[in-house]
Amino acid sequence: MDDFLAARSQMAMSLGFHIIFACVGMVMPFFMAISHYKYLKTGDEVYRGLTKAWSKGVAILFATGAVSGTMLSFELGLLWPKFMEHAGPIFGMPFSLEGTAFFIEAIALGYFLYGWDKFNKWFHWITGVIVGISGLASGILVVAANSWMNSPSGFEFVDGKYLNIDPIKAMFNPGWFSQSLHMVIAAFAATGFAVAGAHAVMIMRKKNIEFHTKAFKIAALCACIAALLQPISGDISAKFVAKYQPAKLAAMEAHFHTEEKASLIIGGIPNEKTQEVNYAIKLPGMLSFLAHGDLNRPVTGLNDIPENERPPVAITHYAFQIMVGLGMILVLISLIYFTALIKKKSWLEKKWLFKLFAFAIPLGYIALEAGWVVTEVGRQPWIIYGVMRTKDAVTPMPGIAYSFYIFTTVFVSLAAIVIFLLSRQMKMVGRLYDPTDADYINKKIIP
Amino acid sequence: MIYVVITFLWASICLYLILGGADFGAGIIELFSGKKNENNVKQQMYKAIGPIWEANHMWLIIAIVILFVGFPVIYASVSTYLHIPLAIMLLGIIARGTAFTFRHYDAVKDDWQNIYNKIFRLSSVITPFFLGIIAASTVSGKIDNKATDFLSAYIFSWFNFFSASVGIFTVAICAYLAAIFVIGETTNALQRNYFTIKAKEAILLVIIAGALVFTSAYFSGIPLFNWIFGDRIGIVAILLASLSLVTLFLNFNKGRPNLLRMLAGFQVVMILVAATYSHYPDIILFKNGDSLSLINHAATEKTMQSLGWALLLGSVFILPFLVYLIYSFKSRKMD
Ligand code: HDD
Ligand code: HEM
Ligand code: HEM
Repeated sequence: MDDFLAARSQMAMSLGFHIIFACVGMVMPFFMAISHYKYLKTGDEVYRGLTKAWSKGVAILFATGAVSGTMLSFELGLLWPKFMEHAGPIFGMPFSLEGTAFFIEAIALGYFLYGWDKFNKWFHWITGVIVGISGLASGILVVAANSWMNSPSGFEFVDGKYLNIDPIKAMFNPGWFSQSLHMVIAAFAATGFAVAGAHAVMIMRKKNIEFHTKAFKIAALCACIAALLQPISGDISAKFVAKYQPAKLAAMEAHFHTEEKASLIIGGIPNEKTQEVNYAIKLPGMLSFLAHGDLNRPVTGLNDIPENERPPVAITHYAFQIMVGLGMILVLISLIYFTALIKKKSWLEKKWLFKLFAFAIPLGYIALEAGWVVTEVGRQPWIIYGVMRTKDAVTPMPGIAYSFYIFTTVFVSLAAIVIFLLSRQMKMVGRLYDPTDADYINKKIIP
Repeated sequence: MIYVVITFLWASICLYLILGGADFGAGIIELFSGKKNENNVKQQMYKAIGPIWEANHMWLIIAIVILFVGFPVIYASVSTYLHIPLAIMLLGIIARGTAFTFRHYDAVKDDWQNIYNKIFRLSSVITPFFLGIIAASTVSGKIDNKATDFLSAYIFSWFNFFSASVGIFTVAICAYLAAIFVIGETTNALQRNYFTIKAKEAILLVIIAGALVFTSAYFSGIPLFNWIFGDRIGIVAILLASLSLVTLFLNFNKGRPNLLRMLAGFQVVMILVAATYSHYPDIILFKNGDSLSLINHAATEKTMQSLGWALLLGSVFILPFLVYLIYSFKSRKMD
């Protein structure tokens, strides 16, 4: 494997790994806070057990998120020293604030995990909420750093020099809002569906039904609200891309030729040689409308982008189709769930509903990874859009391929262990966390 | 503002070495405590570091962020020339953090515990060893920024006698810190004696490793002796460190755990002062005599301003919480 490709793959893998745990870190504290709140309000011990069961699972994921994040902050330098040398002082602001957010998160987590029955109960509850808020804040901050790479601002680039650096302006770059918003909603959708699905499986197996139903409700409700908001925020993102990164938009849509009334292409196999998309559904004018809010405005095609500035079309296009396609499936599931909640209460007992949610377990995360592939691969060949090329940023050290193999092994084993641990956690629910279960061992404090 | 940033950088490195060091030391002591005491040691260690380990490794992240925002050239060249030891240290950090958490949170306690234990202990040694190697390599003058072949650019920059000795020295310091830290957590005389012995063994190790560092510096032509004893600050720092070591010995069995902890922490800070002061603000010394300095290779003033403010603001938020966290877990004994 060539070193440049290895470096890109290693970066992509580490980020793709980290984002899963980061999303859990952003979302689960809120689920726990809801369950914890219900416990404090109703005194129902099942909610207390649920809060604890979740916090145990989250502790495992949290540690994995923390180590993979630590890894990333080194990796940026290990793999892209030239990038960090110039970009660090410009887009570093969110990272330095993120440090604070992490710190607060870690401290609040210390209070929350070890503070059962030790503090005033509402103080204890608040610490849980603070974990969530600071998790969200750190997510928003890093994504702001990433969107700077997409829409660099806060400096002037003159003769290869980076002048008049303004870190605050760089942090509030044009893309920060649309990207962070979309990311936060995606985190809720992805984690929500995964958690709801896991509990749905347990309900179908008739294990600790009350416990899992309570868990399912909290997760499913949050997930479905997020899924409905997703396309709206996706549209805002698309308008941002259209304005600031026409090359990426063209690649996402496999839009080879600039045209008025540009058509939205759904599915299809892009052929970069013939510059055509085969077997696709085309909706004339829709792309112009989605990108610019006007059916007739022309949309820049790849033919107007210099050849050496075009991103890989096929990957970007497929990834975009996967994200949007899955997004639509999640919208559908949400609509069904809301219908069940409001009109057809009988559906809530039906096996097919739980089957549907079980089927949706991985979908949110797949969409999330696909979305990141769109953003990151669609930015190529640039690491800082329009300013620095990825290949000029890579480390001069040879042999990165070996590092890629080693870290791949590590990440794969970690993922396997985490899944194994979580499934064990699920199996122990009856004994450890559900006070209504016959096997429950009543330990006041589960250490 | 640049001095504020440097102070934060230095402070977070110190805190990482002290708090994170005690944390690493926990694994090292576990490794070197026979089967008989295994469970006892594990529990004491968990009580001591469980609630704060997440916060501990934040110091490392803060230091890294300060480096790449404020001193990007330094960050870039360290991560280029010391890529390999950094990557190994990272593997250690990953293995350690996850093994520690998994062994505690695994819902079923079975043979997997042995695997977690092994990984945790081994990586507790590897990580500080490479941390020491990295620190030593930045100042050992072995980094060759003109090198063209793989070996001299990426291997000999860190693979040498001096760096290895500093690595061993760092491991010894960590074990020492952990032993001292845990003494305060013990609840009966038997345990206290056990960890007191461990602490004394660790001190011996620190002294031997220290001697090794000086020897290797001498043979590698690194003027370590001059750096430390060549100016007043260095001598004073070493004197104070020795003095506090004597005080520590006198107070071993007097039941004042916090005094012991303070003294041990103080010694580490003094060692760090002695080792860094004389070549400050240069923190990377290259083979050909070039150097990278915190003053000359800092980011522009505007970046420093915002970084400094972010750090100051952050500490206003964080410190009260952190102090209260430590306080409440120290004052209320957990079961
Ligand atoms: C649960 C996951 C999920 C779902 C269902 C969707 N997305 Fe998404 N999308 C993401 C998760 C995501 C993401 C992984 O979070 C990205 C990557 C970077 C970012 O900010 O968000 C993203 C990026 C992203 C971008 C690129 C932004 C950029 O490069 O700056 C666009 C244009 C869209 N999305 C549009 C949509 C549309 C129109 C959707 C319609 C349903 C949609 N997304 C569903
Ligand atoms: C966590 C979610 C993210 C995922 C899944 C992700 C995914 C990827 C992928 C697939 C690539 C490889 C692109 C290619 O070379 O073809 C990449 C590259 C990269 N990403 Fe991300 N990314 C994420 C977030 C971020 C963030 C928040 C940052 C920085 C603030 C970032 C910085 C980079 C850098 C520096 C590269 C290498 C240079 C490049 O290929 O352009 N990424 N990422
Ligand atoms: C879109 C991409 C990203 C998002 C949304 C994100 C979000 C988060 C969140 C919410 C956490 C805390 C939760 C947990 O510990 O599990 C976390 C941890 C962490 N992240 Fe990321 N992150 C992203 C990418 C990155 C990148 C590119 C870096 C490095 C430059 C990074 C560095 C870290 C670090 C150091 C931690 C550990 C903090 C701790 O110990 O609590 N993250 N991330």
